[in-house]
Amino acid sequence: MVRLQAEPIQVEDLVRAAGSPGDGAIAVFLGTVRDQSAGRRVLYLEYQAYAPMAESEMARIEREAIARFGVSRVALVHRTGRLEIGEASVGIAVASPHRAQALEACRWVIDELKRSVPIWKKEHFEDGSVWVEEEEPRGEGGGDPP
Amino acid sequence: MRVQVRFFASLADRVGADVESVDVPPGTDVAGLWSALLGKHPGIGDLRWRPMAACDLVYAEWDQKLDGVEEVAFLPPVSGG
Repeated sequence: MVRLQAEPIQVEDLVRAAGSPGDGAIAVFLGTVRDQSAGRRVLYLEYQAYAPMAESEMARIEREAIARFGVSRVALVHRTGRLEIGEASVGIAVASPHRAQALEACRWVIDELKRSVPIWKKEHFEDGSVWVEEEEPRGEGGGDPP
Repeated sequence: MRVQVRFFASLADRVGADVESVDVPPGTDVAGLWSALLGKHPGIGDLRWRPMAACDLVYAEWDQKLDGVEEVAFLPPVSGG
């Protein structure tokens, strides 16, 4: 299941969409909006998507995760529009008979989403706003939310 | 031939629109379309990165011909997640 949505992400929906009785593990990841970026206070974020292509790239990631890691199902949801500090911008649930595959696939899904899905975020500060557009994604603990 | 061109994020800001119809000669490739756009929108000439291109919702190389393509999108480096 993949979806772009303006509404808040419900973790229970992700878990329900991914899980089945044959699974012994569901790995869940949420990327959340941080209140600072490179030392500047962030007021809120705005996400824009090339919606039809973003959904088709997300569906490719879902298919590829299942094929590469042998997991049962992937639920992948990304928000669009304005997001406040602390809200989840992306939610992932990966279900699998065993935990290792679910955890590995979940990590791969978020990395692949950040690499290839046509979605952009705009950071709004007290004194202006900027589209985040960098050729090399910043690493974990860098300036942008995971 | 006529293609629909879409711009996103700062590219849309620089062009002043998120969609535009452009007439290009048969045999034009993505790079040729970008050159034509540079002539119309000088504001996209000094980017710090090279946009990615997509033809009909699929990532495309810059030498892909546009014959039969309906929609071309130019994409700044993505920043979802």
